[in-house]
Amino acid sequence: MEFFAPTSWAEALETKAARPDAVPIAGGTDVMVELNFDLRRPSALLDLGRIRELKEWDVVGGTVHLGAAVPYARIISDLADRLPALAMAARTVGSPQIRNRATVGGNLGTASPAGDAHPALLATGAVVEAESFRGVRHIPIGGFFTGVKRSALASDELIRAVLIPTAAGPQQFAKVGSRNAMVIAVCSFALAVDLDRRTVGTGIGSAGPTPLAARAAERFLAGALDWTNLTVPVSAARRFGELVADAASPIDDVRGTAAYRRHALAVLATRALRWIRTTGGAERDREPIPA
Amino acid sequence: MTEPALTNPAATNAASKNAAPDNSVLSLRINGSVRSAAAVPAGASLLTALREHFDLPGTKNACEQGECGSCTVYLDGEAVCSCLVAARQARDRDVRTVEGLAEDAAPDAVQRAFIECGAVQCGFCTPGLIVAVHDLVHRTLSKANEGTDSAGQPDEAQIREALAGNLCRCTGYEKIIEAVRLATDELRAARGQVVAR
Repeated sequence: MEFFAPTSWAEALETKAARPDAVPIAGGTDVMVELNFDLRRPSALLDLGRIRELKEWDVVGGTVHLGAAVPYARIISDLADRLPALAMAARTVGSPQIRNRATVGGNLGTASPAGDAHPALLATGAVVEAESFRGVRHIPIGGFFTGVKRSALASDELIRAVLIPTAAGPQQFAKVGSRNAMVIAVCSFALAVDLDRRTVGTGIGSAGPTPLAARAAERFLAGALDWTNLTVPVSAARRFGELVADAASPIDDVRGTAAYRRHALAVLATRALRWIRTTGGAERDREPIPA
Repeated sequence: MTEPALTNPAATNAASKNAAPDNSVLSLRINGSVRSAAAVPAGASLLTALREHFDLPGTKNACEQGECGSCTVYLDGEAVCSCLVAARQARDRDVRTVEGLAEDAAPDAVQRAFIECGAVQCGFCTPGLIVAVHDLVHRTLSKANEGTDSAGQPDEAQIREALAGNLCRCTGYEKIIEAVRLATDELRAARGQVVAR
């Protein structure tokens, strides 16, 4: 096995072009597990940990440009106000040791349906900035995941950044697992409400071959929501939960059954909706919402 | 290395410049000293390098997948699972292991607190927990110094969240949490004395 450690982004792209077989490694929290257990023997590793620009974030025209190798710990400390759903999801990633290393770029590169960042990225309409020596591509998150642990990345491309709109309204994230820490999601859900555009974004994790959005639920809630005080009738909240559950295509596996995941998603969706209404500050939670 | 087939001249240049395999001697700073080892495999973890190439077995190997925290070390001042860092990612970086916490060959405040509180049973998780607690206590105290956290003592929920990546199968964690409080109190008192002088 060879080990490449470029010190600039240009060098990294050149190396990836020359060696598309090289497996990118940043925080190592996915790649090293596979190496330690001999589940994978790549011919080469491409360490992205020495490229400073990948570890920085910036705000450009209301959009957060999150470098692919910014660790989750910094998303929690630096970006909880601008990217609340992603920061909430970040807090559920692994443990403090994992959050000091693991990155959104790595989550995307692995493209697991259970990746904790993915529901928040879907709900907020993020764009993946991929680059190769051929040029830059902006891949909308909705088209990024192409199958179980498969993505739209080409073999010579690296993820440079994720472009995420600054929150324009309340956001929430919820995840089901057997502990609060060190848990691969049984299922997860993110909700982002855009008060300017009066749109709703959703993201579902661990309940399908890829992370996915519940488009029908988004349209329904955008129509049912009282945009002045963010209330909905109880029946509409229930319907929103049902539509989220309907959007999933879960399977039975070691972490849970398909039936449980559907049920839990409906609960998480109505719960996230209730949290959004109660975290707004005003007296909004007039009607009790089940679960 | 085989010459890659390429259409892009820039990439060909890169192949000559960057694509040289990194099989050289691995040097990094461990507990304040520059250490070097040859023949550390490219896919080896920092944990393996510490234990098998640098003769530092204090850092424990239990799960090799980041679940248990037994291999926790500082990498450039941040607590990480050394099993999830490729050894070569630590080239020229600063690593501090449990062996590097003692001060003047005497246990540091966190190690003393673990002994005092009996926060040890079988001891296998202890080195990782000591490093994780060391990190928690020092972060808490530096926040208190900055005035962002007037309490200077983490509450139980904060302690449990900070130590969620370290599994202990013996103690039930109560005595470990006591040790966090004791170490924080002791270090805060010591710093207070320094300030008072």
